Amino acid sequence: MLRVIAVLIAALFFAGARPAAAADAVNPDADFKAFRDYFTKKFPKVPLNDFVNGPYSMDAGLRKQWEAIEDFPPYDFAVDRGKDMFATPFKNGKTYGDCFPNKGIGVRQDYPYFDLKTGEVITLELALNRCRETNGEAPYSYLKDEMASLTAYMAFTSRGKPFDIKIPNDPRARVAYENGAKYFYSQRGQLNFSCASCHVQSAGEHIRTEVLAPALGILAAMPIYRSEWGGMGTISRRFVTCNSQVRGVPLEPQDENYRDVEYYLSYMANGLPISGPGARP
Amino acid sequence: MPKQNRPDRTRRLILQSALAGLVTGCGLAWWPKGARAADAALWPKDAFTQKTEADAIKALYGKAADASDQVKLDAPEIAENGAVVPIAVSSALPNVTSISIMVSENPFPLAASYKIPPGTSAMVANRLKMAKTSKVVALVESDGKIYSATKEVKVTVGGCGG
Amino acid sequence: MASTIRVRAIASGDVTEVQALVQHPMDSGFVKDAQGNLIPPHHIEVVDFQHAGKTVFTALWGPAVAKDPYIKFSFKGGQKGDDISVSWVDNKGDSDSLTAKIS
Repeated sequence: MLRVIAVLIAALFFAGARPAAAADAVNPDADFKAFRDYFTKKFPKVPLNDFVNGPYSMDAGLRKQWEAIEDFPPYDFAVDRGKDMFATPFKNGKTYGDCFPNKGIGVRQDYPYFDLKTGEVITLELALNRCRETNGEAPYSYLKDEMASLTAYMAFTSRGKPFDIKIPNDPRARVAYENGAKYFYSQRGQLNFSCASCHVQSAGEHIRTEVLAPALGILAAMPIYRSEWGGMGTISRRFVTCNSQVRGVPLEPQDENYRDVEYYLSYMANGLPISGPGARP
Repeated sequence: MPKQNRPDRTRRLILQSALAGLVTGCGLAWWPKGARAADAALWPKDAFTQKTEADAIKALYGKAADASDQVKLDAPEIAENGAVVPIAVSSALPNVTSISIMVSENPFPLAASYKIPPGTSAMVANRLKMAKTSKVVALVESDGKIYSATKEVKVTVGGCGG
Repeated sequence: MASTIRVRAIASGDVTEVQALVQHPMDSGFVKDAQGNLIPPHHIEVVDFQHAGKTVFTALWGPAVAKDPYIKFSFKGGQKGDDISVSWVDNKGDSDSLTAKIS
């Protein structure tokens, strides 16, 4: 109980505090360095690449259980299904591979990217549904099931590859990146938490029994099989539930703000390895 | 504290085993004539519906268990999530014919029971559901007698209020 | 249709370690749905593992076994290239089976 109060007080005190970087100009590289330094200083014993394992990089007891589950993980079914889906053509004869570079194999680490033609952030989930719609198929829900299977397979083919997110030299891309950063540090919901309240200021702390994952590399393990969900969930699902958990009104999956915050977080993870799909409590 | 490179090794191990030794079927498996498939009649309904640990042990084995340090029970101190708790049991006792696991505070304490024929190791690893903080009891039948080990596993509500 | 069973059987010396993951809801019967109605129990009851025509391991599972259940055990006498067969039956009478090779 005291633990929870301490977390809440710390959150209110520090909420919205972005690791110090350049003031006015949007400077992703300075942000990147400040973000990384914050976490490596706070957790000097955690190897850099281990941050992608979220709570398991923070707590030995949890890590042991995770390793037992990783020995034969429940997301294997989703990977299999995703592989089958990739091998099954649409009604028009095209496949998912036709929509992606390298037939969609080993490309997950390049998402999201900023599309200069349309002026928007394209996430992997968005790209998959646009692929379906372009080929005359109905889009899938962004939260789980088929979308989770597709992204699980694509993540699996990219395992170990470092995030390689680019911000092109275009003001619109910098605006999207900065919007994502702002979203991440803005407080919302009845609990008045920002994403940063838990995943930056209180990373590694307990919130009841759960250990808060550090924001550094937090999307690397997606999509995840969560014991709490009894199944798979995508990045969209996690953003939506996170909003609900701070008693805020969730946005629509793949809302511009969600895509922008995914862009920001993924850029902050550049160089860290894709570890997905993942298993989480 | 996390060992250096351990997560990478874990990932590589997973990738390796995903490529080697892993088989999934297309649902149609040739079943040799005369071989028994999983037989629902084996399921000990009586034991699985007992509401106390003592009654479940009696229904399963007909006798009480003696605590023994020869029964090794591997379970976490604090479960990361009560829905999926990795638990393993092993024993160096001779002629083990059965291993069972109870979660005392569950509505039905008997969670799982395993038949160990000759030639099969006295070892099992599984994942169980725990309703709340509870003793976990491992039972091993060796030479017709029952031995046990107990460990408390804490289960509390996850923090994200979801 | 894809199998619900994934098996990994690895021989090392004269001992074969078998791991299996089964896709199954393992509904305990204690959980309510969004409408507040209890979801009825739906769980695997028996899992049988066979090698060379003999049962080498039997799992008797209740509703407290986790969703998408996992099992690991080991036995003597298996060799690389041998068949190992897995089958399960649940409380509704549904079943599935799979034969795999020990590697």
